[in-house]
Amino acid sequence: MVDVFRALDDETRRLVLDELSARDGQTLFEICSVLAMRHGLSLTRQAISQHLGVLESAGLVETERRGRSKFHYFNPEPLAEITGRWPTRKRTEQ
Amino acid sequence: MKIALTSLFVDDQRAALAFYTEVLGFNKRHDIPLGDDFWLTVVSPESPDGPELLLEPAGHPAVKPYRDALAEDGIPLAQFAVDDIEAEHARLTSKGVVFTQPPTDIGTAFVAVFDDTCGNLIQLIEMKPDENHADAH
Repeated sequence: MVDVFRALDDETRRLVLDELSARDGQTLFEICSVLAMRHGLSLTRQAISQHLGVLESAGLVETERRGRSKFHYFNPEPLAEITGRWPTRKRTEQ
Repeated sequence: MKIALTSLFVDDQRAALAFYTEVLGFNKRHDIPLGDDFWLTVVSPESPDGPELLLEPAGHPAVKPYRDALAEDGIPLAQFAVDDIEAEHARLTSKGVVFTQPPTDIGTAFVAVFDDTCGNLIQLIEMKPDENHADAH
C-alpha cells in the first residue's frame, strides 16, 4: 500500500492514470504522444517508461502483450484498499 | 533538395506489395529484379509523381531486433496523411487490418496506428483544418 501512495505522489503518473482510465490499452508511444500533445509534457520516453514501471510495481498499471506490441491497462483495485481503510461515508446531518 | 524516396523493411516483398496496393490502395511504381530481391516501390495515387516508398527486404540481421523493439513500444515507422481518419479506420478494419491505436484526438490532429502485416507499425494522421489555417499565419 505504501507503493500506491508513492506512485500517486507525482503529477505525471496521475496524468498517465487519467489517460488510461479515459482509454485503456495504450502503447508507450501513445502515452508519450498524449502526454506531450494534450498536457505539454516534454519528457523523454525513458522517463515515461520509468513512471510506468512505478505504476506497474504499485499494481495500478498492468501490461499485456498482444502480437508484437505491449499495451498498458489501468487497474483501480489498489485504490479500493485506500477507501477500505478510510471509508468515505456521507455524513448525514439529522 | 527534396525527399524522393523513403523505405520500409518488409518481411516478404510480394506479400508487402499486395498489402500496400490491394489493402492500402497505393500504386506500384518500380518492380525491378535484383538477385533474389526486387527494387520494389509504390506511390500514392493522390501524388503519382510524389515520394516513392521502397519496400525493402528485411533480411539483414539488424532489422529484426530493431523492428521488434519499436513494435513493443508501439512506435510507428512511417506516417501517411489521410483526409478522413474515421473513414480510413473503418475501411481498413473491414479489410482485417489490426489497429494498435484507434483514431485519437491529440489536439492538432487525429492519429491512429495499424500493423502493416509486414513487420511495421504505420501511423495515419488527419490534420485539423483550423490548425493548418492557424499555422499559415
